[in-house]
Amino acid sequence: MKKKTPQQYDAMVQKASPHSPVLKNCLFAFLSGGAICTLGQALANTFMLLGLDLKDARTCVSISLIFISAALTACGVYDNIAKYAGAGTLVPITGFANSMVSPALEFKSEGFVTGLGAKLFTVAGPVLVFGISASVLYGIVLYIIGLF
Amino acid sequence: MKRLGRYTLLFERRPAILGHAAVCGKKEAAGPLARDFDQTFLDSYLNQESWEKAESMLQTEAANLAIRKAGLQKQDINMVFAGDLLNQCISSTFGLRGMDIPFLGQYGACSTMAQTLIMASIMVECGAANYACAVTSSHFCTAERQFRTPLEYGSQRAPTAQWTATASGSAVLGMSGDIQVRHATVGRITDLGVTDMTNMGAAMAPAAAQTLLDFFNDTATKPEDYDRIYTGDLGAVGTKLLYELLRENGIVLRNHEDCGLILFNREAQDVHAGGSGCGCSAGVLCGHILNRMDRGELKNILFMATGALMSTTSSQQGESIPGIAHLVHVGRG
Repeated sequence: MKKKTPQQYDAMVQKASPHSPVLKNCLFAFLSGGAICTLGQALANTFMLLGLDLKDARTCVSISLIFISAALTACGVYDNIAKYAGAGTLVPITGFANSMVSPALEFKSEGFVTGLGAKLFTVAGPVLVFGISASVLYGIVLYIIGLF
Repeated sequence: MKRLGRYTLLFERRPAILGHAAVCGKKEAAGPLARDFDQTFLDSYLNQESWEKAESMLQTEAANLAIRKAGLQKQDINMVFAGDLLNQCISSTFGLRGMDIPFLGQYGACSTMAQTLIMASIMVECGAANYACAVTSSHFCTAERQFRTPLEYGSQRAPTAQWTATASGSAVLGMSGDIQVRHATVGRITDLGVTDMTNMGAAMAPAAAQTLLDFFNDTATKPEDYDRIYTGDLGAVGTKLLYELLRENGIVLRNHEDCGLILFNREAQDVHAGGSGCGCSAGVLCGHILNRMDRGELKNILFMATGALMSTTSSQQGESIPGIAHLVHVGRG
């Protein structure tokens, strides 16, 4: 075979590989993410009508959305929605719920402790580590700024 | 047995494929090759507790069926060569645990069908075995959880990604039969620096091109000398790249099909660039292709299974994906 450098081949690969439909993905993410937020707002309004104050209503919205995504994940429906929704379901709290429930379901075959317990954070772990680290850092910066 | 050129083996006694069987899951059974499978399982668990057990079961079924179709019994088989994608090849060891046949585990990623077929042919050719069996499998759910994310995790797949087939294929080899193994070319590991785990076709295409060129060179034949040339699981992207690489070396493929592209209806079944996994080429060979040879529709074919030899660890460490392709020339006559 004629010699080919990785760079030359990479150019061939780029040409031969179809790209993700970015525009379509963005549109679907916008619509589905927007729909989830609208649902959240509707839930918040309902909770407030039932007598909760704004803060409690917002907490209940988070709990409700987490519950809905967990239930949909358990029923095997969530991934089929996410296939089209993409970032629309990933970015809101629904994505976080899914990233916790899916490994829990998946690894229970390896036992309650060594499977479910150990693997529960395989997907969400990095988000938590860096999310919490960032918030701590942000808090320190804010505290220092507050001193002056 | 004789060596032909630098890379090719010539089987002078022509070991024959006496029996072959393919089993598959629901999605494969809904594809264009449904009727070529001996058995299909609509439950992804195959009534087992885990997907790993289900995949083992696929191998047990395929091996038993192939042995039965060859008109033999388990105890007639002197040696079985088997492998799969899972860590330490557990689908093979657990699937064949109860069969009581001398076992040699093989790992060639998705090229395993060609690898086990070559090993079984060599053993029969040299008289080390009267009958030898080659078997491999893959399962969408076991592969997905080992190599990617949990199944129910909601994510979008890249358009270059391929769908691991839930299937198993097995062939039993012995002396004197119509469908004969005539040549084999053991591939060299080829790596042109592809690091994208969602573009395996691109990683394997150079290996496929190289093995094919080695074979044509060693045997002084050309693509037109064969009824059909089958590659394992290059998919849409890998196939395109294979054509391009071969064209640069002065070869045009007109009679080629990729098992990953014929196993599924790519658009309707949403498998992106096509099927993949050991079971993809194994199922297509031991079902579709050998059925067509049995019926006399194909007389002279090349079967080249392709594999991507990375692990999740090597990929996370930023290593590129080495590719491999082994070729088997099967003729009727």
